[in-house]
Amino acid sequence: MLVAAGCGDDDSTTTSGGGSGESGGKVDLVAYSTPETVYVEELEPAFEKTSGGSGVSFSNSFGASGDQSRAVEAGQPASLVHLSLEPDMTRLVDAGIVSADWNKQKYNGIGQNSVVSLVTRAGNPEGIESFDDLLTKDVSVVTPNPFTSGGARWNIMAIYGSQIEAGKSEQEALDAVKTVLSKTEVQPGSAADALTAFTQGQGDVLISYENEAIRAQNEGEDVDYVVPPSTILIETPIAVTEDAPESAQAFLDFLWSGEGQQIWADNGYRPVNPDLVDAKKYPTPSGLFTIDDLGGWEKIQTEFFDDQNGKIAVIEQELGVSTAG
Amino acid sequence: MVMLYLSAIVLLPLAAILAESTSEGTGTFWSQVTGPQAVAALKLTVICSLIVVVINAVTGTLIAWVLVRDEFRGKKLLNAIIDLPFALPTIVAGITLLTLYGNESPVGIDVAFTRVAVVFALLFVTLPFVVRAVQPVLLELDHEVEEAAASLGASGPTIFRRVVFPNLLPGLLAGVALAFARALGEFGSLVLISGNIPFQTEVASVLIRGQIENNNMAGAAAVSVVLLVASLVLVGCVTLLQRWGSRRDR
Repeated sequence: MLVAAGCGDDDSTTTSGGGSGESGGKVDLVAYSTPETVYVEELEPAFEKTSGGSGVSFSNSFGASGDQSRAVEAGQPASLVHLSLEPDMTRLVDAGIVSADWNKQKYNGIGQNSVVSLVTRAGNPEGIESFDDLLTKDVSVVTPNPFTSGGARWNIMAIYGSQIEAGKSEQEALDAVKTVLSKTEVQPGSAADALTAFTQGQGDVLISYENEAIRAQNEGEDVDYVVPPSTILIETPIAVTEDAPESAQAFLDFLWSGEGQQIWADNGYRPVNPDLVDAKKYPTPSGLFTIDDLGGWEKIQTEFFDDQNGKIAVIEQELGVSTAG
Repeated sequence: MVMLYLSAIVLLPLAAILAESTSEGTGTFWSQVTGPQAVAALKLTVICSLIVVVINAVTGTLIAWVLVRDEFRGKKLLNAIIDLPFALPTIVAGITLLTLYGNESPVGIDVAFTRVAVVFALLFVTLPFVVRAVQPVLLELDHEVEEAAASLGASGPTIFRRVVFPNLLPGLLAGVALAFARALGEFGSLVLISGNIPFQTEVASVLIRGQIENNNMAGAAAVSVVLLVASLVLVGCVTLLQRWGSRRDR
């Protein structure tokens, strides 16, 4: 393990010995929690080995995407922010911390992709292949609470969108979401909690990100996963802040480079550069859709997830009333 | 100085929450705390907390009694273990309880993600309060008073009811009030084990977390204020009971 104690101690004041602003400096990374190990163990060490990254030191902060975004809005130092939902980035644009044209950058400001997948017990005993199977089969579903976990909203929109893509009406698609939610016995607080509950034996199917499923398998959990034929592309926004040092931009450029994207791919994520997507490991589902196909996050956030009047809040209310009776 | 310190550390944050809860008008405050989901979560939280403190009042007193009056091997160790729920990060408690009471439970108790699990988790995190409140009182209690009562012909239960219990009551009530307040606000252990299904197993703190995730700060603060008031009411009741108790002594 390379421990950056030497440069960590002196901080940015003495690291400017290199070429004219080409190396050295510090990156204050504030990111959502899942990619923590990829950043700390893979991406950052790899960047430090490049000419642009020699002498760069990192200050890392990982946590729930919404919390991270609110912290940066409230003044937590950040030069590179990587979040799991676009509205969390929009909050920083509104606060004047991130430039409004962050999504006009390379790859539309997306760091890496994944897809919503279905995690099953080893061997897929229930024969789950698609979201439709969740509707028709008698299975118990685990998905994080979409109100406490921003990331879980991808799961809900995957169910919804799979119905819309199949030509169903909006009401039919909402009914499908309702059916799936009625089959949940537990809605853990976060994606990580959901995985814990599932590996503890709760439920037959876990709705989760493909990268989480791959990680669980790599960690030796006895689970399988399927990418449904119709599912949503998860896009996680990344941007440098307005007053970020060059080192942050250099690191972002590295993340978008072939080398950086390959590291994401090796760790279960789908590269944003289509040329680098290994079709064998990451086959593109025939009915893959994006959040923009459903109207975009800004519209969906209020329409579906407002905690008073959002469509999902109403569904939870109806389910609550029916089960209370 | 003390007042200044208290103001900065305690009163200021509480005032800020109060202000936030009514930042969008008192109408919004009411609609936030009387919404069906908030009512369900608050009801669940308060009822579970009440069940927990009643159980704690009995078992906590019993444990304190055993720790003070009985001599046995491992007593010091047991005494030290009582405080562990205080020291354990509650999220770790949550994972531990999940392993213990999940459907692969090694002890055969599968209650995870039900309301029973909420009670179990709260019993765990609030265990020390009553024990630690009753223990010192029992230690100071004069044995001679009990012996005097016995020599006057009082039976064991009567001695406990008429002599010991009235002495324990103030400490017991204080412990109960603290445990109740703690149970109302508990988040870490419950977010894992309660299941978080709105209207069924979603406790107030998890609801608040959801409101914050939705940028509904006024709603989150409003529900918090209800929890604060519930705590305050109980503390008030306890103070009244204690006053009533000490008046009766005279």
